Amino acid sequence: MLQAKNKLGLVLFPAFDWAISETHPERKERLLYTQDQIFEEGITDIEGIHLYNPAIAEEKDILRVHFPVPDVQTRVSQSHLVSIGGAITAGEKVMTGEVDKSFALVRPPGHHAFRVVYGDRGFCIVNVEAVMLENLRAQFGDLKVAIIDTDAHHGDGTEDIFWNDKDTLFISFHQDGRTIFPGTGFVEDFGGPSAIGYNVNIPLAPGTGEEGFLYVLDHVVMPILEDYQPDLIINSAGQDNHYTDPLTNMNFTAQGYAKLNERLNPDIAVLQGGYSIEGALPYVNLGIILAMAGLNYSQVIEPDYEAKKTRQTADVTEYTKEISELVLERWKDRDNIARKVRAEKDVIEKEQQIYYDTDGIMENQTQSFILCEKCSGINTIRSKNDTRVHIFAITIPRDACKACVDKGHRLYKGTSEIKYNKTYLQDRVNEYYISK
Amino acid sequence: MIVGLDMGGTNVDAVIIKQRKIIKTAKHPIDQADLFASIWTTLEKLLADIDITAIRQINLSTTVSTNAIVEEKTSPVAMFIQSGPGVPHEFLAKGEKNFFLSGYIDHRGRVVKKMDPQEIKERLNQLKQENIQDFGIVTKFSTRNPEVERRIKDILTPHSFSSITMGHTLSGKLNFPRRVNTTYLNAAVSQTFHRFSTHMKKALDEMGLSNIPIHVLKADGGTMQISHAEKLPVETILSGPAASLMGIHTMFASEKDALLLDMGGTTTDIFFLLEGVPLFEPLGIQMGAFPTLIRSIYSQSIGLGGDSSIDIIDGDLIIGPERKGKPLAFGGPVPTPTDAMIVCGLYSEGDYDKAFAGIKSLGDTLGLSANKMATIIMEEMATTIQKKVNALLAEINSQPVYTVREVLENRQVKPEEIQIIGGPAKALTPLLASAFNIPCKYPEHYQVANAVGAALAKITTEVTLEADTTQKIVSIPELDIYEKISRNFSLADARERTLASLKELAVQLGATESEIEAEITEESSFPMVRGFSTSGENIRVKAQIKPGFIHKLEGIDHHVTSKE
Repeated sequence: MLQAKNKLGLVLFPAFDWAISETHPERKERLLYTQDQIFEEGITDIEGIHLYNPAIAEEKDILRVHFPVPDVQTRVSQSHLVSIGGAITAGEKVMTGEVDKSFALVRPPGHHAFRVVYGDRGFCIVNVEAVMLENLRAQFGDLKVAIIDTDAHHGDGTEDIFWNDKDTLFISFHQDGRTIFPGTGFVEDFGGPSAIGYNVNIPLAPGTGEEGFLYVLDHVVMPILEDYQPDLIINSAGQDNHYTDPLTNMNFTAQGYAKLNERLNPDIAVLQGGYSIEGALPYVNLGIILAMAGLNYSQVIEPDYEAKKTRQTADVTEYTKEISELVLERWKDRDNIARKVRAEKDVIEKEQQIYYDTDGIMENQTQSFILCEKCSGINTIRSKNDTRVHIFAITIPRDACKACVDKGHRLYKGTSEIKYNKTYLQDRVNEYYISK
Repeated sequence: MIVGLDMGGTNVDAVIIKQRKIIKTAKHPIDQADLFASIWTTLEKLLADIDITAIRQINLSTTVSTNAIVEEKTSPVAMFIQSGPGVPHEFLAKGEKNFFLSGYIDHRGRVVKKMDPQEIKERLNQLKQENIQDFGIVTKFSTRNPEVERRIKDILTPHSFSSITMGHTLSGKLNFPRRVNTTYLNAAVSQTFHRFSTHMKKALDEMGLSNIPIHVLKADGGTMQISHAEKLPVETILSGPAASLMGIHTMFASEKDALLLDMGGTTTDIFFLLEGVPLFEPLGIQMGAFPTLIRSIYSQSIGLGGDSSIDIIDGDLIIGPERKGKPLAFGGPVPTPTDAMIVCGLYSEGDYDKAFAGIKSLGDTLGLSANKMATIIMEEMATTIQKKVNALLAEINSQPVYTVREVLENRQVKPEEIQIIGGPAKALTPLLASAFNIPCKYPEHYQVANAVGAALAKITTEVTLEADTTQKIVSIPELDIYEKISRNFSLADARERTLASLKELAVQLGATESEIEAEITEESSFPMVRGFSTSGENIRVKAQIKPGFIHKLEGIDHHVTSKE
């Protein structure tokens, strides 16, 4: 009988009766073979590994993080509430100490969902990790958290949600945005005015393999985490970096994922993307589970694995070293950069154009960050989409000072409801979420 | 007439049931050194003065295989295991000889790397020299593709070994480590069980009973004819609790959720019914240190019984888990719950004075009268049972589910009544009804419950079908079926085929076609998409014959107590 070194909680929720469509990558079959592999390997019998059922998330959980247009009910299905509930359960079990670590293998994923939600984007509707994290903060108090997004696509939604949040360090390493969806994730995108430096993008070259990923982990991610000293490390565990993934061009392996997980040592992992459902997912997830449980994963190998197939070129190695150096330097220089950016300004604006590829909607938005000496300050979003919906959203962040809380409420009251299709107020201090 | 026989811990119990009633019972102590003789003597006692031509069937619940495993008197086994990549496999070495072979089958049942027959051939001579006669063969995902296991068996067959067990024939469930364990155990008890069944058939022959079907009880509360048991002797293990559960079930025949209790001298066994159907272990029973895939009813035991020793430690009342001997009232060394029952006037056997003295002495430590002490002891028993049952239900009710529908449905086991048998049943009934706030039932006299359970158990079994229309293959491992299908094989076809296979298996177990009640328990069909279109369907169907009893047992008075 195998005994896990770390008590590991697993939420295995393959949502077999839900799909975006029958033939979409995000379909019923997606986690079927992964579940088969996990069961056949006898994971459920390993002492110290415990399976949990997902809770069901509530509207309030969504409203803490998102502005769903027109409302939660229209945008968010039961399956999503269960998927998020699965992540919340995984998080809770770690926070209460019932387990040492947990892994939520849930679908659908969420890291492409921004704060404003008009529909499905990159297979995501609501941001599973963000909603989970804010639920944990509401339950267990202030937490300093690092989210490490290892999905091959830039976690643009998560970046947007925590853009101005210094207490949530977001590190994403992904295939360079110039070569793949969503087209963002560059080093210059360094965080909002109150969190400059706390959004770290590491764009990688197509063809990066085990060597490159582990290099970035060892030379950029771990040193940054050493500086940051988070209370919690969350791994947004996307698996589409795998050499067999149909949607990307990277060369990562099951062994690589397991090693990464062992070294990163996250408290919570949540499944993201990954659509090589037969050739990668069963093995990668098995590797992650064994690594998190502290068990021997050295024999987890894909049936078609060949070392030479997955080796990266010398150019890629060179590039990886350069980008790593650059990112680490900027991190070390973040306070300087912050001072320069904030210099005597009252408001800093950020414009974005967001394309909802799955639903075919184009959004234009302007975010305004109102600086404050005492706290991270309130921020607003003016957003318009190409079906002529126009909304205005106000966020009062968790750490808002009294003056900013008042400012936010006054702004909401002062905005006439006929001006926009919908106006939202998200008051994180008082857990108060309304719209008109 | 049906004959039922159960080998317990101390005695063999036997019963004859005619026209739904018990017409005769027999009991005989077990000689652990000669289990067969113990059974035979009991049977002779039972059948004396009985018209044996009227016997329709003999059902037995035997501990022959279980004991061989527990006492480590099993045959040495050589295991051929193809585990491929994945979780480290060293801990799967259960046999005397274990060979980990090259090759690998993936989750779709595709042979990704071939097996090398030489790896087996070159070991055979040595194994023969070491006189190993029993073999186990297991590969990963053999339930989806049994070909490698079959090929290895083909290499072994010409050598006329005593037994060869292929993993996929034991269960359709996924769990490779358990499949290895179950295969090993089957090979290990094969010769032991064969000796027993040979004796049995010979002796019945000599008695003129050679035409009567002999059935053996399984841990899932169903029976199988002895010829089938000879192929799968591992399924005869741990049938005792199943006999107990069926015995209680035939008495009250409830169709609700229920809690069933069998309180013996040392332990209390706990079972559940879910809408009248016994609750099962999700994967299979645990045999000592071996988790297995052997289909089994759910049963838990606590060290609390009529003869449990009672002590007061630091002002706390401790009952069990040990049994130090008979109750004081029967000459034993320490006070027991039976003595408390005697003091309360709920049991009229034994020496009242001895019981009273012992209970009074306990009461003195706590400043309580003997009567009060006795009452508190009984209440504590009910409370202990309640706490344990609630903890078990919490665990049972948080079993993982995998669809949105099941999460939302959240079906929980919630007993609506308690059924209890055993010495302290009558005394505990009002206390349990009160503690759980549901009616509690017990029978007036019920000495041979396990034997009745064995006698009236129906045939039950399950089959698993998995079809892959891209590969055009269907696999039904319990029947060793692995065949081609057309691309158009549908879920409806799968259902039909599964039910037909189930009936076939049931007949192999000894059922008559007319008495087979089959039901589909799980079904799903996943479109498999490659590129941008559907390449086929991945279809999975499970079916079973619901476990149950041949008929209700009549002629026993039973009592119901509701909470006052």
